[in-house]
Parts: sequence; C-alpha cells; structure tokens
Amino acid sequence: MESVLSRIRGWLLLKDNSDLGFLALLFGVMIALPLGNALFPDGSALHVSSFALGVWGKYLCYAILAISLNMLWGYTGLLCLGQCLFFALGGYAFGMYLMLMIGELGSYGSKLPDFMVFLGYEKLPAHWKPFYSPTFAILAAAWVPGLVALIFGILAFRSRIKGVYFAILTQALTYAAALLFFRNDFTFGGNNGFTDFRFILGADIRIDSTSRWLFIASCLLLFAVYWLVARILETKFGKIQQAIRDSENRVRFSGYSTTHFKVFIFVVSAMIAGLAGALYVPQAGIINPSEMWPAKGLDIVVWVAVGGRGTKLGPVIGAILVNLLKSWATRAYPESWLIILGMVFVLVVLFMPNGIVGLWAQIKARWSKGRLSKPETTVAST
Amino acid sequence: MKKYFKTGLAAIAVAAVFASTAFSAEKVKVGVLHSLSGTMAISETSLRDVLLFTFDEINAAGGVMGKMIEPVVVDGASDWPLFAEKAEQLLVKDKVAATFGCWTSVSRKSVLPVYEKHNGLLFYPVQYEGEEMSPNIFYTAEAVGQQAIPAVDFLLNEGMKKFYLIGTDYVYPQTTNLVLFEYLLSKGVSVEDIGGGLRKDNAGKVISAGNYTPFGHSDFQQIVADIKKFSASGDACVINTINGDANVPFFKEFAASGITSEDCPVVSFSLSEDEFRSLPAKDLVGHLGCWTYFMSIDTLANKKFITNFNSWLAKTKVPGIIKKDRVTCSPMVLSYNGVYLWKAAVEKAKSFEPEKVMKALESGISFDGPGGKVTTQKNHHLTKTVYIGETLETGQFAIVETMKDVFGEPFLKGTFKK
Repeated sequence: MESVLSRIRGWLLLKDNSDLGFLALLFGVMIALPLGNALFPDGSALHVSSFALGVWGKYLCYAILAISLNMLWGYTGLLCLGQCLFFALGGYAFGMYLMLMIGELGSYGSKLPDFMVFLGYEKLPAHWKPFYSPTFAILAAAWVPGLVALIFGILAFRSRIKGVYFAILTQALTYAAALLFFRNDFTFGGNNGFTDFRFILGADIRIDSTSRWLFIASCLLLFAVYWLVARILETKFGKIQQAIRDSENRVRFSGYSTTHFKVFIFVVSAMIAGLAGALYVPQAGIINPSEMWPAKGLDIVVWVAVGGRGTKLGPVIGAILVNLLKSWATRAYPESWLIILGMVFVLVVLFMPNGIVGLWAQIKARWSKGRLSKPETTVAST
Repeated sequence: MKKYFKTGLAAIAVAAVFASTAFSAEKVKVGVLHSLSGTMAISETSLRDVLLFTFDEINAAGGVMGKMIEPVVVDGASDWPLFAEKAEQLLVKDKVAATFGCWTSVSRKSVLPVYEKHNGLLFYPVQYEGEEMSPNIFYTAEAVGQQAIPAVDFLLNEGMKKFYLIGTDYVYPQTTNLVLFEYLLSKGVSVEDIGGGLRKDNAGKVISAGNYTPFGHSDFQQIVADIKKFSASGDACVINTINGDANVPFFKEFAASGITSEDCPVVSFSLSEDEFRSLPAKDLVGHLGCWTYFMSIDTLANKKFITNFNSWLAKTKVPGIIKKDRVTCSPMVLSYNGVYLWKAAVEKAKSFEPEKVMKALESGISFDGPGGKVTTQKNHHLTKTVYIGETLETGQFAIVETMKDVFGEPFLKGTFKK
C-alpha cells in the first residue's frame, strides 16, 4: 500500500499527502457522477440528473477560476479584481465557436448568428472566421486572456503598480471591457451575448451524454490546474512567488526581477481563468457582458477568502460551497437569501481569518491554549 | 400490546400515505422566475407580487381543474446564468406545470434553451423586441407592433413630420428602431427627417438607426442640444427607448433646455406607472407613453382588479413585500392575464401537459382582463388593445387614444416596403 502511494506520489511529483487525497477524490467524482447519470434510471436513488451534472460542472469551473485568482492573490500577493474578465474572454472565445455551430437552426435560418442577421450583417466578420475550428477556439480561450494579461501586466508591473492601486486598475479594466462588450456594433452580441447553443464537437449539446463529457472535462481541467499549482509550490519558482508576496523589495534586492515573475504568473493565471470560462459557457448555456461586471470579480475574491486564501484547497472549497449555498438559498429562501449569504461572509471574515480550510488549525490553536494555557499561537493574518 | 402497536403504526403509515397523495393530488406547482435581488429587482418584484395575488385569487375561486396552484418562487437575482439554472431546477426538480417569469430579453434568451430541452412552458410578460418565437414560450408581452408602431401612427396623425430616435444600446432599442426606421420610410418620411444618426455597413445598408447611449448614461447635454436643433421646425417628436434610470437625466436635461412637450413630444416605451414609484414624473408631464394597459383605464374590470390587488396586499404575509403606494402597470397586468390564459388553456385541453396546453393556447382563447379583451394567437402572441397616454404629475397617464384589437407580430423587420 505504502509503495503504491509513494509510486503515485512519484508520478505526480507531489510530496503532500493531502494533495493526493484531493486528487483521488476528484478522480472518484469524475468517474462516479457520470456513471450515476448513465447507468441508473430517473427515480433511482443513485441516479444523478444531467441538471445536477451541469450545476456541478459549473461549480468546478468556478473552482478553477478561484484557483487562478488564488495563484495571484494567495501566493503572489496581487489582488486582482478583474479575474472575471479573463474568465469571460475565454467564455466568449469558445462561445464564438458554439455560435457558429448553431448553423442554420437559428430564428432566421441563416448561417450567421441571429444577432448579426438582425443587425443587417450579410457576411461573417473576418475575426469570426477562424472560430469554425474548435481547436482554434480552445487555444484562443487561453491566449486571448493571456495576451490581455501580458500587455496589462507589463504596463502595470513595470511601473511598479502594487497593492490597492493594482486592484483598482484591474477592476477598471474589467468594467471598461464590459462596457465595450455591451455595444452592439462590437460584433459580440451586445447585452444578450451568446445563447441557444446546439452542437459542441459534433454532439447535440442538450443530450445527457454531452453533459457527462463536459463534466468529465471540467474535472480533468481542475485536476490539471490543481496539480500545476501544487507542483509549482514545491519548486524554487514557487518559493520566489511566495517571497514576492511576503516582501517584494527583499526579493528584488536579492537580484531577482520580480516584474518578470509577476508578469509570468499573471499571464498563466489569466490563461487558466480563460480555459475555465471556455468550459463554463457550454454548461451555463449563456455568456454575456454581465460576466465581466466588477461585482463578478468581487465574487471570486469572496470565494477565495471564504475557502482560505493562500491554501491549495481553500479556493476549491470556497467556490463550491458559496455557489452551492447560493443555488440552494435562491430556491429555499428567495426573499432573504442575500442576507443569509452576506451573514456567512461577515462571520467568515470576522471569526475565520484563514477561511474554512484554516478552521481546523484555528480550533487546534484555541484548544491547546485552553488546555495548556500556552500563549496564543498566532494565526497568520491575511 | 406490541402487536397493537405495530398495527397502529401501520395504520398511521397507510393513512399518512393516503393523506399525502390526496394532498398532492389537489395541487399543481407553477414556477415564478423573477429577479428579487440585483438591478432588476425594482421592476421584477412587482411581477412576483401580482402573480402571487393571481394564484390566491384563482385558488379562492376553486383553482385550476379543481387543483390548487402552489407557487414555487425562485430568485433569478439579475444573474443570467442563474436564470437558466433556476429554470432547469423548476422543470427538473419541482416539475412545475408552467412558469411565469423573466423581464429582460437576456434572461429570456438564457432560459429559452432550457424550456426547449425539457419541453416546459414559459409565459413572458414584458414588452420586447420580437424576432423570436419559441415553441415553449408564450409571449403575453407587447410586440413592437403593439407599442412603437401604434405610437408612430398616432404621432403621424398629430401632424408630426420629423422623428428623432434615441435609446440605450441593447437589443430591444436597436431592433425597435430598425423596424421603426423601415416603417417611417414606408410612410413617406424622408431619411433626413429621421434623427439620431444612421450606421451603415460597407455595402451602404443601414444596420443601426438612432442615437445610442450605454446603460446608466447620465450626460445628455449634447444629445438634447441636437434634439433642440432637430425640433426647431416645430413638427418633430422623439421616440425614446432609453432604459430605466437613465431616463431621469435625459428628461431633466430636456426640460432644462426649454423644450416643452408642446414643441416636441417624447414618447417612451419603457416607463410605466410602476417606474414612476421611484422616478420623478414632474419632468415628463405632457410627454407620451404607449402600453396595452394603463392604471387609469376607466372600466369596472380594471377598478375591481386594482381594489382586489390592494386588499390582497394589505392581507398578504409574503416577507418583505411593499404594501403602501402600490400601482398597477402593463407588465403586471400581462402577468395576470398570462395566469388566467394558462388556466383557460388547461381547462380547454383538460390537461396540465405543456404541449397540450400550448396547443389550446394556439387555438385562440380570450380573456377579459383589466386592460380589455386579449386573445391568444397561433404565433404565441396576443391580440389586444393599445393605449396611448399623456404623463401626469402623479405618475399616472391620461389616455388620449385607444386602438382596439391590435395583432401581435414578432417578425416585423423587413416587412415594411416603401
């Protein structure tokens, strides 16, 4: 048993057992839920509805998005309030492919997307044409956000914009982008965005097997992204990343170009967010500019804070838990769910500075203090 | 003793099963899918209120085919992907027979594939741009032909020669104005007399007509100056499709520039009585509105509706509901009509199955609502009466024109030829 474990650990190049535990759980979920959907009929206790698969697939995409923010905020000390922009850009890139795949099934029976027809377009604009290729669309879901992050990152980090100023600028960036995408003549469907998708990679998007595959793809991406973050943390690069968070000046005076490190991490994080967006859109069924609205950027920060900033598992737990709570409460308490959610956030911020993941350490610290009346172990403040 | 206990328990269990089946047999679930939080809550909460009132009214009169309506209220939270999720939850988990909901076009577009996938039934109650006809949606809403076109007809009759188009940049104003542009040309209005600007594609075809501002725009100085110049001849009017709050700075600027409703009337399509609960009406006095219902309609049916709604409000225990100074407006009445039309269709089809109910709706069902008689059409829209009203200081409208039996047609673009 021990040898199997250490062999897997060797394959994955990970030292931490808790990482292996999470990845194993994720792997199990990836197999079990789609099987529950495929094998058991509706009504059986073991049946997983395609609705549930779709919702959980969305949560997993949110979890990936939260991890991408945690790379910046949790491990590099860069609070980005515009992570939703990269997510939405990825979503739009893949959404363009999905729009083209509707073909002639739209309201007007035209090859062009509906919104182009009623705006009077007769030809597909040139920048839409490559998106007939799914490979191009998936790659674009990564490189378009990556490119935006590269340009913005170089400009911001070279001018040594930090802390709250960086946060405000990223928020302004996503706000500006949202206003741009709202415009109908920007050729991305304006306020309505993209909806009513029909086919993905040749498969009907409304059937159960497509939901299963999308769910599996979301699991795989989460697996890969989680592994990447865990792996980076074990390398020298990861140490520098955290050193930048703790004291950027000392890192710089030690001879490292912190600008390069920060730009690199910013770009990688944006690409991950973009890929999450690309998987999110076929499962949510819509992408429109409200995904770039600054409030959405704040949501992601809340997920990470609730789960535990600067921990590997925290963003995953936070994203899933908050969205699960939202899904449940908007049905169970439609009149007062915002108050419930708001109270949870306040309680977490007040009493759980390290989020849900840090709760155990916090309880342990409190416990040992009570029993042995030791001086309080300082819980690292955020 | 033990034996008795067991039989007793079994009897209770059996009774419980019977009671629960009998209980559930008398109920039919319907969904209410509106934003109760977020930016749209201010408008959509009123629709939730009127729907709950309607269900209570129908239940008090014996329900639908003997079944009591049990509403399942969910909050779409002005969050469009969440709308799709909630819609699917209503259809899959709660198995609702019908859903009443959505306000914005984007929320409707978001849930449309869900209703088609699960073969559900959605009633949509708010004026919209058309260009859509899903087999699973029934649009009690005003189509462009029941708001913008009658308003333009009215203004043409009043001797207006020049039309200035202004709106918020999203799909409803863009589409409405494109349709109006074609309609005005077909009525002999020349291109120079249509203000607001045109955008053409490379081939010279008009792809956008009118002057557009973003959501929440507040600086209308230049646009109003432009309108002032445009209306100097005294026979001009403004067709306003600006959305929500942005109307306040627009009308303020308009009034401040010294143009009156006599010089250049503005007709708006997004401002109803309910909006004037939060927007000041004083800068709009004399300007026009066009809907298929006004609270000021002087009929017995409307008076009864308003009284009943207010007495329901006074009694209801829905948490957080606003009870004071409530008004009624067209989207509310179209929601109300939607429920009654659904009831009539269910009773005609003798089934709650969405497909059969939709068939019954397509066959033509009439209902005498607070705004007059409405009749369902084969194309999932309603024939109804259109009213044009002049805004009063109180936020009410004085009706100046009534057009009976206006057909609802969603696909108007390209149908008007010179």
